[in-house]
Amino acid sequence: MTAPGLSARLVVTRPAFRLDVSFDVVPGEVVALLGPNGAGKTTALRALAGLIGLAAEGHITLDGRPLHTEPPDRRPIGMVFQDYLLFPHLSALDNVAFGPRCRGASKAEARRVAAGLLERVGLAAQAGAKPRRLSGGQAQRVALARALAVRPRLLLLDEPLAALDAHTRLEIRSQLRRHLAGFDGATVLVTHDPLDAMVLADRLVVVEDGAVVQQGGPAEVARRPRTDYVARLVGLNLYRGSGDGARVKVGELPFSTIEQVDGPAFVAFSPAAVALYRTRPDGSPRNLWQAAVEGVERHGDNVRVHLGGPIAAFVDITPAALADLDLSPGRQVWAAVKATETHAYPA
Amino acid sequence: MTTTSRSGSARGGGRVVAGRLPWVLVVPALLGLAFLVLPLAGLLIRAPWPTLLQRLSEPQILEALRLSVVTATIATAVCLLLGVPLAWLLARVDLPGKRVVRALVTVPLVLPPVVGGVALLLVLGRRGLVGQWLESAFGVTLPFTTAGVVIAEAFVAMPFLVISVEGALRAADQRYEEAAATLGASRWTVFRRVTLPLVAPGIVAGAVLCWARALGEFGATITFAGNFPGTTRTMPLAVYLALETEPEAAIVLSLVLLAVSVVILASLRDRWVNAA
Repeated sequence: MTAPGLSARLVVTRPAFRLDVSFDVVPGEVVALLGPNGAGKTTALRALAGLIGLAAEGHITLDGRPLHTEPPDRRPIGMVFQDYLLFPHLSALDNVAFGPRCRGASKAEARRVAAGLLERVGLAAQAGAKPRRLSGGQAQRVALARALAVRPRLLLLDEPLAALDAHTRLEIRSQLRRHLAGFDGATVLVTHDPLDAMVLADRLVVVEDGAVVQQGGPAEVARRPRTDYVARLVGLNLYRGSGDGARVKVGELPFSTIEQVDGPAFVAFSPAAVALYRTRPDGSPRNLWQAAVEGVERHGDNVRVHLGGPIAAFVDITPAALADLDLSPGRQVWAAVKATETHAYPA
Repeated sequence: MTTTSRSGSARGGGRVVAGRLPWVLVVPALLGLAFLVLPLAGLLIRAPWPTLLQRLSEPQILEALRLSVVTATIATAVCLLLGVPLAWLLARVDLPGKRVVRALVTVPLVLPPVVGGVALLLVLGRRGLVGQWLESAFGVTLPFTTAGVVIAEAFVAMPFLVISVEGALRAADQRYEEAAATLGASRWTVFRRVTLPLVAPGIVAGAVLCWARALGEFGATITFAGNFPGTTRTMPLAVYLALETEPEAAIVLSLVLLAVSVVILASLRDRWVNAA
């Protein structure tokens, strides 16, 4: 319990909703809470900040000190809100200086700290500007500077990139990554965007319906999703079955895999790994099944085919292949996946 | 060209083919309008325009004017000092029985001011619950003094300020206050450095409204503070008195109060008149 960093069990009960998630963050680590809207991610972040209370079973320990008994203004935290919430009546500089002032710094000292941080996020020239005159990306960086100005031991970011347009987002994301890398405390980031989570975080904690359903490094989560939500996020077809050595049985369908799994198992493969045929292909060692086309939609430069049948699956094919196969909803096709293209792992 | 003009008129709500206006609505509406406007027009028509300035500079009028402005301003200051924290309490703190408290705050809005004056006398009068003690302990008597005028005005006007400020507090985005708390601001600092600047327009509007109400106060003032020239005879009291003796002076004073009302209405038109 005296380990440095954050150790939290966040329990919040609401009518018709219960959040109960546990996770640890070591100093210097960035953990992303990833989940669909309404999963309880923001509730978890607000509980860490002390803006909502924990149920009796919950606890928050930061650097060996209990945090859940302190009001928000006594917690060593910095928080970046989704729409930044820069004080509209204060300049960028005074927004950043607000925290140090509240924590006892003199006006001159607070402004010196604030000017240094604005410089670091590249906004020295905007120090005197009121928030309404800042662009979205600039406001985001002022909000980050404001949160860092109190020298927090725990940095909380609520959907830090959600309010930005696609172009700004790309640039701010890489800047944010650099600033987070330079921060030596624990960071908890909330996002519903898998890309933000994978780029910014060292570890992902996937939250669904108020509970942790999977956690691990971005590569691990991307390769071995454990719920349909995560599989959709990382763009994989995912099935639960039971393994007996080199095969996993999904429903009635046996999947040959290269990994050996016994007992409850997951099988995952990419939509691009599936080949479609009008007639049954001969003499191939592939995993093969017959399915009905349920729908066809554009997916980037390709076409995504939704298959029903024994197992629901997404298949990505080229527009040319679509024309050759003459696919339309209701048509029966054969689908095939090589064993080397699948991943099997224990459930 | 045609399309733009058409969309323009559609947005303005014009070009809709409506039926004839029903006279059962139009006639009472026009009568109502006349009822509200004619008395004011009468005031303007009957005003002694040629001698207006001279009458305005008569000592009793100037005295009443000065007393009214001073007491209304002090009463507004008192209301700000007590009313803004009260509004904050109602808007931000989970009090038990808050609905009852809010109802009590609004009572002076609907209470006949004379009743308010009687109530003030019963509490702060020489024999009153608190007044008795005030006199024996500090030798302070409030009824029939200028301080009494301020108290009567503040009693009647404070609900306007509280309701206006509470509305502004409820409308303000409380997440700014949360952001301030995460930056280490105590609740007092949050109030001083974030809440107050955010609701400043609401406070100004409430204070102006409060001042206008205090300036026009009659019933509670005459009941609690009496009608002594120089110390408690404010403009509304002077108007009432002058009507008996010097109708022209009453008209002049009324014009001044009307002008003040119009100016206040104009300055607040965005917040109150068009708000709905």
